Amino acid sequence: MRRSKTPFGGLILLAAMGLAMLGPIMTVMVWAFAVKWRYPNLVPSEWGLKYWHVILGRSTVIEPILTSLALTSVATTLAALICWPAAYAFARLQFPGRQLLLFSFIAANAVPKFTLFVSIAVVFLQLGMVGTFWGVVMVQMLSAILFMIWIPTAAFRGIPPALEEAGFDLGASRLRVFWSITLPQAMPALAASYVLAFVAIMFEVDSALLIGAPKITTMPLLMLSLSAQVIVQEAAVLCVMIWVPCFALLLLTRRFMSSKGIAQGFGA
Amino acid sequence: MLRTVKLTKTFNQMTAVAEASFAVEKGELICLLGPSGCGKSTLLRMIAGLTPSDAGSIEIDGQDVTERQANKRPTAMVFQSHALWNHMSVAQNVSFGLRVQGLARDVIAAKVTEALRLVGLDGFEKRRPTELSGGQAQRVALARCLVVEPKVLLMDEPFSALDAHLRANLREELKALQRRLGLTTVFVTHDQEEAMELADRIVVMNAGRIEQIGQPADLYLEPQTLTVARFIGQMNEATVPVVRGQANWLGQRVAVGAADGAVTLLCRPEDLRRDPAGIAGRVARVIDLGPVLRVTVATEEGATLTWLCARADAPVVGAPLALVATRLLAYQNGVRVAVPVLTKPQLESVMP
Repeated sequence: MRRSKTPFGGLILLAAMGLAMLGPIMTVMVWAFAVKWRYPNLVPSEWGLKYWHVILGRSTVIEPILTSLALTSVATTLAALICWPAAYAFARLQFPGRQLLLFSFIAANAVPKFTLFVSIAVVFLQLGMVGTFWGVVMVQMLSAILFMIWIPTAAFRGIPPALEEAGFDLGASRLRVFWSITLPQAMPALAASYVLAFVAIMFEVDSALLIGAPKITTMPLLMLSLSAQVIVQEAAVLCVMIWVPCFALLLLTRRFMSSKGIAQGFGA
Repeated sequence: MLRTVKLTKTFNQMTAVAEASFAVEKGELICLLGPSGCGKSTLLRMIAGLTPSDAGSIEIDGQDVTERQANKRPTAMVFQSHALWNHMSVAQNVSFGLRVQGLARDVIAAKVTEALRLVGLDGFEKRRPTELSGGQAQRVALARCLVVEPKVLLMDEPFSALDAHLRANLREELKALQRRLGLTTVFVTHDQEEAMELADRIVVMNAGRIEQIGQPADLYLEPQTLTVARFIGQMNEATVPVVRGQANWLGQRVAVGAADGAVTLLCRPEDLRRDPAGIAGRVARVIDLGPVLRVTVATEEGATLTWLCARADAPVVGAPLALVATRLLAYQNGVRVAVPVLTKPQLESVMP
C-alpha cells in the first residue's frame, strides 16, 4: 500500500506542471474556436470558426502573415549563411580570442534585449533604416545568433577530424571535403539550429516593434494590436495560426537531433 | 620508394619527432614501433601530409613531396578509428577517391567491386558503415585506400581497437594481400608482436627519435640501445658497477668493453641454462605457457631471474636450482657495449 503513495504524489506534481505549461495554450486553443464564452460558463456556450473567417477575410491580416514569413525566412537564411561558416571556424580553427568571442554570444543574450534594440534603433534612424524590411531583417538576425552559432559549433566539433582527413588524404580538395563529408555529417544539427532560429525570429516582438513599426507589421505585432482591442478570439486565432506550424517544425527537429545534441550546443 | 630525411615536428616546444630519417623499399612493409606518445603517429601523419613538418624532407618515388598537401600526395591512410563516412554506403565510401578524380562511372564501379573482392567483402556495396562489424569496417577502410592505388599505403594502428583473435586474423590477411599486391606500406603500431609478425623491417621509436631500424630478428637479438632492448621482448636486467673492464653479474665476474662507471647487463629468459656451476637459487614460481614454462627463480643473492625452460626441464616450486647465462647484452649510458659471450670454461674460471 505504501508503494502507491509516491506515484500518487508524483502524479499530482505532474498534473500541476502539465496544467501550468499546457493550461495557457489550451485556453488559447479554446478561445480560437469559441464564438461566445462569457462568465460564469466553464466552456464556451457557442463554438465555431466564425473568427477564423473574420481573420482570414481581412486584408490587414494576410499582409502581416506574408511579411512575417518573408522576414523570418530571409533573416534566418542570412543568419545561417553568416553563422554556419563562423561556427565551423570556431570548431576547427585556432585563432586568438576564440573562447572570448564564443562566450560573447551568450553575454549579448544576457543583456536586456530591449535596451540593445533602442540603441540600434537610434543608429538605424540616422541611416534611414527604421521602418524598412532590411532594417528589421538585420535586427531580427540577432535573435538567431545564439542557436546558429552554438549548436552548429558543437556539431562541427563533434565530427571526428579523421573523417575529414580521410577525404583530404584521398585527394579531395578542402571545399570538396566540406561539401561531401563535413556538411552531410553536420546536417541534422544545422537543420535543427535553422528551425529553432526560425521559430525564435517568428515570435520576436521587441525589435520588430522598435525598428519596424509602424510601416512593417509582423504577425506578433498584429496580435499585440488585436489583443489591445480586446477581441480575444481574433488574437487567439492568430496565435494558433503561428503556433501550429512552429510546433510542427520543432517536433520535426526531434527527428533530426537528440536532446543531447541540443544540450551540447549550449556547452553541456 | 619512400624516404624521409631529418623530418622534425615540434608542438608547443615539445619535440614530437626529431630528425627522423628512414627509407622504405618498393613492396616493403615497414612498422613504426614504439610506446604511445613516441611520435610514431606524428611521423606517419607527416608522411601523409596531414601534419605539416617543421624541418626535413619527404621523398616519394623520387619526387620531393614535402611541400605538397595531403590531397596531392600519392599516399592513402587507414585510420585507427576506420573513419568511414556513415552517411554514405560502403560502395560510396570506397569510390570516393575515384569520384574525386572524376573517373567514368563504369570504371569506378568495376574498381570498387575489385577492391571489395580483395578485402573479402564482395556483395557489401549497399551496406551502411553502421551495419558493419569492427573488422569489416576496417576492411572497407582498407579497400577505400587500395582502390586509388597509392604508391605508399599508410596504416595508423588499424587493428588496435579490435579483439585479439580478430586482430591476428586481419594481420595475416593484410600480410598476404600486401605481399601479393606488392604494396609499399608504413604500419604504425605499439604492439611488438604485431610488428614482429608483419614487418619486413621495424623502425623502433622512443621520445620522438628513431632508436634502431632493422629486421625483426636483428632487433630481438642485437638491440643497439637500452631502450630497444627493454622494449622488445622480455629481459632480466641488472645495473652494476664496472671497474677496469670487470663487472659482477649476480656473483659472477664478467668482462665488459666499457669505461669505469655503471653498466646495465641484460639477459633474455631463454638465454639461461641449467648448470650446477651457475647462479644458485630456488624456484619461486612456475607458469605453464604451453609450449614452454616460465620459471621465476629467487637467487641466493636476493635477485629475481625469469627463465623460459623447455617442458622436459621443468623444475618444481621450492627446488634448488643453478643457472648460467649463455648470452648477455651490456649497455652503458643507453648505448650498447661489448660483452663476450659467456662460455662454460670462462664461467668456471670466474667462479670463486
